[in-house]
Amino acid sequence: MREDDENQKDPNDSPEGPGVSRREFLKISGISVAVPLVAGPRVIKAAGQEVRVYGPGKVPMEFTINGKNYKANLEPRITLLDALRDQFELTGAKRVCDRAECGACTVLLDNKPVYACAMLAIEAQHKAITTVESLMRDGKLHPIQQAFVDNDASQCGFCTPGFVVACKALLDKYPHPTPEDIRRGLSGNLCRCGTYAGIRKAIAQVAQKGA
Amino acid sequence: MRPFEYVSPNTRTQAISLLGASWGNAEILAGGTDLLTLMKDDVVAPKRLINIKGIHDLHGVSSNAQGFHIGALTTLGDLADDATVRRNYPALAEALPEAASPQIRNLATLGGNLCQRPRCWYFRNGFGLLPKNETGKELAAGGENRYHAILGNEGPAKFVSPSTLVPILIAYGAKIRLEGPKGKREFPLEKFFVIPKNEGEREHDLRPNEIVTEVVIPPASDVRAAHYEIRQKEVFDWPLAVAGVALRMRGSNVKSARIVMGYVAPVPWPSPEAEQALMGQPINKDTAQRAAEAALTNAKPLSHNAYKVQLARVALRRAILKAASGGVS
Repeated sequence: MREDDENQKDPNDSPEGPGVSRREFLKISGISVAVPLVAGPRVIKAAGQEVRVYGPGKVPMEFTINGKNYKANLEPRITLLDALRDQFELTGAKRVCDRAECGACTVLLDNKPVYACAMLAIEAQHKAITTVESLMRDGKLHPIQQAFVDNDASQCGFCTPGFVVACKALLDKYPHPTPEDIRRGLSGNLCRCGTYAGIRKAIAQVAQKGA
Repeated sequence: MRPFEYVSPNTRTQAISLLGASWGNAEILAGGTDLLTLMKDDVVAPKRLINIKGIHDLHGVSSNAQGFHIGALTTLGDLADDATVRRNYPALAEALPEAASPQIRNLATLGGNLCQRPRCWYFRNGFGLLPKNETGKELAAGGENRYHAILGNEGPAKFVSPSTLVPILIAYGAKIRLEGPKGKREFPLEKFFVIPKNEGEREHDLRPNEIVTEVVIPPASDVRAAHYEIRQKEVFDWPLAVAGVALRMRGSNVKSARIVMGYVAPVPWPSPEAEQALMGQPINKDTAQRAAEAALTNAKPLSHNAYKVQLARVALRRAILKAASGGVS
């Protein structure tokens, strides 16, 4: 091993990841300034028809989030969750397990609850994405948020945004949920503080008053 | 997650031609709930991801004389809400909302549910499907195997087949349809699952450039069926034992039975022994118990999972009784 080998940068540490490194890309493309690397799709033939291949570098993407349009240049490997948090500063959806288990990143995709960590941002284009940030209107909490406050349904609060979105989805589908509907409807969200009793009371309050 | 290139074809033939002739280079992205986790954990590192959700004719359900056709991209959530499933296949309708969580069911597809990889923690931590250490010693056989197989575990495969829906689908007589460069294939769903003998082999009879297109369930108006699963957690948990039962009766006696266990073997495990035990019998606690005993006679638990033998028996006995009583628990 050459002495300077250990000082060489691990390609895995590159912000561009181990695929095409920024340096290699610059060499290939002959671009001499470090502008953000955005490449349009490459067109290849598949079964005699043209299909567009995106990435592995950054590609332009467009999103509809809480009724507004957002644009960013992202790699195809970026999840919807990381796009929301890191690109658009919508940090209500929390990154906890990042493995489609805990529910802290719950958002609505075309009005259905999904884990933002379990979906690539590139697939979420042209869909209506709703995050917890949209629930508060004109400085007034959404009835579900108010019910969480009224019923002490948070302790550390880290799971709360995901739970609030999951509760909204549950109540949109079942305005008067049975205990069974609640059990199944909220099964995808975990609270390590154990505030489930408060969350059930919050749901009961909204179901009674209407959201 | 490692970088990859992403392509979203509009037709089956495009998707098939974009897949490679060997595993590893390309992966199919459907719901993605399993695949993205495997990619984040570097268990799978494709160079190309082929999102097949733009192929419209793989979505949705339809009925004809052959039965009920479920497009591979139909989400578990849509299937759970489907009126035909609730009316004609109530045991499947009962299994669906127990699968994972609402957030997963809204993304996860039926095709993906069949193709999901095993939950074996050795596999999920990069030790392979038939985990061995550097000296070639099998890791699961004498290791942490409390959730592993109690049947069909004579070879190096000790994991359990992970779908909770497959046992009841097989019990209903479901067929799977695949499409690849050489055309279409169709066969009974149980034949889709195989026990790998060598590392690098898959647990599905799916070639690297084939896609699952459809599941077809035959009419079941004369079938009494039930799904039963035993879990540690009430909801959103991988089961310890699953049973799917479909009975056809002549009067009060069993004319034919289809009995399939899940989470007991590297493949969904049909039990001809239990089916035989029920033939011509009325269903009561004793006959259900005898069938459950017969199904587990050949069980060979590993070092830490003998408890699963009893759980599998109980799941099966309860599923048989539930089916006979019209599927009401």
